[in-house]
Amino acid sequence: MSDQPRKPLPKPSSLSQPFWDGLAAGEIRLQKCDRCDTYVFYPRPYCPHCLSEALTWTAVSGRGRVYTYTVVRRAMHPAFQPDVPYVFAIVELEEGPRVETNVVGCAPEDVRVEMPVKAVYDRTTAGIALLKFEPA
Amino acid sequence: MSLKRAAAITGIAEMAPRASAEGLSTMGIWADVSRKAILDAGLEPSEIDGLLVAPPIVDMVAMWPSHLGEYLDIHPRYANIVDLGGASAAGMVWRAASAIQSGLCRAVLCVSGEASDVDTFYAPRAKRPTQQLPLREFEAPYGPMGANSGYAQIAMRHMHEFGTTGRQLAKVAVDQRTNAGANPDALYRDPLTVDDVLSSPLIVDPLHLYEIVQPCTGGAAFVVVSADLAGSNAQTPAWLLGAGEATRGVMLAQVKSITTSPIAQSAPLAFEMAGVTPDDIDLISVYDCYTITVVVTLEDAGFCEKGRGGPFVEEHDLTYRGDLPLNTHGGQLSFGQPGLAGGTSHVTEAVRQLQGRAGERQLPDCELAFVNGNGGIMSEQSSLVLGV
Ligand SMILES: [Zn+2]
Repeated sequence: MSDQPRKPLPKPSSLSQPFWDGLAAGEIRLQKCDRCDTYVFYPRPYCPHCLSEALTWTAVSGRGRVYTYTVVRRAMHPAFQPDVPYVFAIVELEEGPRVETNVVGCAPEDVRVEMPVKAVYDRTTAGIALLKFEPA
Repeated sequence: MSLKRAAAITGIAEMAPRASAEGLSTMGIWADVSRKAILDAGLEPSEIDGLLVAPPIVDMVAMWPSHLGEYLDIHPRYANIVDLGGASAAGMVWRAASAIQSGLCRAVLCVSGEASDVDTFYAPRAKRPTQQLPLREFEAPYGPMGANSGYAQIAMRHMHEFGTTGRQLAKVAVDQRTNAGANPDALYRDPLTVDDVLSSPLIVDPLHLYEIVQPCTGGAAFVVVSADLAGSNAQTPAWLLGAGEATRGVMLAQVKSITTSPIAQSAPLAFEMAGVTPDDIDLISVYDCYTITVVVTLEDAGFCEKGRGGPFVEEHDLTYRGDLPLNTHGGQLSFGQPGLAGGTSHVTEAVRQLQGRAGERQLPDCELAFVNGNGGIMSEQSSLVLGV
């Protein structure tokens, strides 16, 4: 039904496409600066730390921990209302960068700050895979 | 260069917030508060030569200052929009003072507010042109609840790092509600207890309904004038004594430590310019979109040690009768948040207290006020010291 609210999905740019391609292939690929070794996330045209344009897409472990989270009990976007309560979190990857995400695979009550988690890839019908996490 | 006593706020006007926007337009509200603020400042419309506008949240339009200038039939030679979210009002104060100090103008009208309500505010924004923002690509797909979920994440991390409790956060809402009881213009005035707050519905853990600001309709304006004009007004000038501003990214995943805000930079700048310390302050008038915002602000502005904000609000009486008067108008949590005029309410209340016209909630000896404007997810911070 066309008038059902739909969840907002990413519309990758040529700059961010490799990140989304990585998720679709079941791994997290991040830009890494050849010059200063810094991971860059979200994707950018250059390394904000040293201004180098030499960035290489690099697969990372998919392991991390919950930096913080909340349990959303009333959705702002109507397409998320059927999912409440759900966990909207920030996960710090083992390699350093933090990502906005959902923690799935456990009850919202069981999520804790600093809890170890591992990546799962949520393939949507639109062909985009979202990066989510479950307890490690 | 210092802005200390470069300019003063003389005239203020503020509409009592309403839950419904029924029958009201943003431009009509702006015109009404503008007229009253100009009258309050004792000026003629032709004397307004600067115009700053904080844009409505629910109505993104280009060239707001020109539209408002046309409506008011004034012709400023300095006109701009200040787009710092809830920090816009405090940001307008020092920008106006800076323009006055540079000789660009002598009287700057600063306007904010909107015709809005909960339904408009939370309406789906699919048609908004935000597709290109990283926020849209890397956050929106995971279902954030606007600013609510961001502040909830700050609160959750603050609890983890410092042991802050729900009861401590709730105390902020409770004391502010007591203040609102002495403000006839506040939207919510019925007394509130800590247990009331904690038994209101959880919306985004750990924040409950009564810890979250309510979008509503309203507006506020103030006039910032040069020293020569300030002397000729009937109202006591509320002088700008110090100002500081600092910003960071909007997306929390990009922020190194979400429990410390840029207030840790902006507030010391304001205190240093004013030549005073937090101990000297008579009124704390700081942005309170959520209870956690106040706790983090008190820490980062130096009113207490970092991480001690929870015990600090529990140990002090934040009411207008208390030892640490804070948001004596009720704060936005009880007064209401009419768009960016919510941020303006902290400026207008400080001016009222300094001018001695705060009515029942007037503080006995109010000579110095600390004002903090906060935008986004604590991403924009504008701090002021105002005094007589
Ligand atoms: Zn680099």
